Amino acid sequence: MSRAYLLRRIALAIPSLLAISIILYTILALAPGDPLGELATNPNVPPSVQLALRAKLGLDDPVWQRYLHWLLAMLQGDWGFSFTSHEDVTKLIMQRLPVSLALFGSSEVLAVLVAVPVGVLAAARPYSLFDKIANSVAFFGFSLPTFFTGVVLILLFSVKLGWLPSVFDSSVTAHGLSWWWVEFKQSIMPIAVIGLFQGASLVRYVRSSMLDVIKLDYVTTARAKGIGSRRVLIRHVVRNGLIPVVTLVAVQLPIVFGGTIVTEQIFRVPGIGSLLISSILAADTPVVMAVTFVYACLVVFLNLLADLLYVWLDPRIALR
Amino acid sequence: MSGSIHASPSVEAIGPAAAAAPRATAPLSPTREAWRRFRKHRLAVVSLVVLTLIVLGVLTGPVLWPTPIDAIDFAAMLQGPSWMHPCGTDALGQDLLARMIYGGKISLAVGVAAMLVAVFVGMLIGAISGMASGKLDAGLMWVTDMFLALPQLPLLLLLIYLFRSALEQVLGVQGGIFVLIVVVIGGLRWMPLARLVRAQFLSLREKEFVEAARALGASKLRLVMRHIMPNAMGPAIVAGTIEVANAIIAESTLSFLGVGFPPDVPSWGRMLYDSQDYMQMSPHWALFPGSAIFLAVLTINFIGDGLRDALDPRRVI
Repeated sequence: MSRAYLLRRIALAIPSLLAISIILYTILALAPGDPLGELATNPNVPPSVQLALRAKLGLDDPVWQRYLHWLLAMLQGDWGFSFTSHEDVTKLIMQRLPVSLALFGSSEVLAVLVAVPVGVLAAARPYSLFDKIANSVAFFGFSLPTFFTGVVLILLFSVKLGWLPSVFDSSVTAHGLSWWWVEFKQSIMPIAVIGLFQGASLVRYVRSSMLDVIKLDYVTTARAKGIGSRRVLIRHVVRNGLIPVVTLVAVQLPIVFGGTIVTEQIFRVPGIGSLLISSILAADTPVVMAVTFVYACLVVFLNLLADLLYVWLDPRIALR
Repeated sequence: MSGSIHASPSVEAIGPAAAAAPRATAPLSPTREAWRRFRKHRLAVVSLVVLTLIVLGVLTGPVLWPTPIDAIDFAAMLQGPSWMHPCGTDALGQDLLARMIYGGKISLAVGVAAMLVAVFVGMLIGAISGMASGKLDAGLMWVTDMFLALPQLPLLLLLIYLFRSALEQVLGVQGGIFVLIVVVIGGLRWMPLARLVRAQFLSLREKEFVEAARALGASKLRLVMRHIMPNAMGPAIVAGTIEVANAIIAESTLSFLGVGFPPDVPSWGRMLYDSQDYMQMSPHWALFPGSAIFLAVLTINFIGDGLRDALDPRRVI
């Protein structure tokens, strides 16, 4: 991968982030009232103080000026304070972001671990019984909304069987192996909910991407040379067939993040998704804006990563 | 998924023999031909029957099951299914079957209305982008890609959070939230359709029959409406069908998170949200609406898959 391509692709991500910030700010500016000026509109604050606050917060400036102010503050890491807990928003998010990323990362790994073998096997024998069953199960998998799967899993494993805790406990005191065991037990359901949903939609993509590769000439050549069919599948087909899947995983990200928010809320996982929901219910605008922006940044960043990975995996792209 | 890949199980009938067999019978009309192809997808046909039953049940439900949705009966709290209450009751003793019927109407209405918004915007943007090449096309596609990169659910939540009270003042509590949810869900889901329609337009507008029409002096509007759009409808119908399922999921998610419909408008997602605190005692409360959402979404997805087979003329079935 040439360095020029790398720089160009990173440079392309900046306008998208700017555009997203403009969209977010426009939504905020169009909203009735002054969502960011809680104190300035609070009727308990005397009018003279209100006027001073309005001037200080710049609520009466033109929109573009307010946007630039906001953007500069965001860039300097000054994301404001939460209306409810009066804590620094940056601090709140930084506390919770690792949990969300760990949940998202492990469910994505689970999705790939399920989807790739199933998709490859289904494509190896298209229209066989296994293919048909895998296809139907995948349909069931991505038609099951994450909130329903979460509720059913809790009903089954926590309420009926009592094997797993239904609520995520963020203050586990155990150490060593038992810490891992407790963490494993309380994370397995949230990870399974997102991972299986994502895996179900990936199966179809993996399968069709494999089918595209299987009919290429070089695969026929490999077979004609007398290489065993398993070796052809693994060495020749899978390696190339998986490249487009990288992009498809990235394209699905905005939807997957929706799943993680719901799952965090159901299992009370202390991540930024549950922070978003609780801030919305508490009308805590600075936190809501910040978390939404963080999600947007994650999507842009992971898309960038997928693009770079794609070029690294498939050198033909960079030449264009 | 451009349709070049057989992602559906019903294509197994393809074989050189089947493809090459001469057709002795008279050609069918496009609708009849599509129906013939659709019937080959067994799960899609079953789904069509089930979905029709759900829709009929939701429409005729209030007549067949006249129990009011808000009749509070503290003597019958949190009861499991019985003859009196086939789906049980909730924490206020309200009949869940009546609420399921009402909720189904809301959920399906939101799904269809949001789909119409998404299809309208998507086709408009896709058509403009596909007909106008150059800067306008590039700009529109940039906007489309931008919207595709927006995190859906956080933005949905943000929009509803900010605009909810203003719209409720204008349109009333129920109407306001309905319009808001429909517009916001539809307004954030048009992008795949716009890209699809644009791709169709790009290939169709270079075809000979369009060129012939242009040579005969057809105006641009006539070219689009009369010649290009009808041929681009197939993929759009498939995408639109699946959009209904997506919109139902989106609405249920919002209601499930407590930011969708208010408690006196029991959509399926709202019922699931209300049931969460009583899961230990009365799991039926969560299971009925949850299964209803699942069933509606699954059948719509299967019907979409069947339509994909039926409306793709390049596919031999």
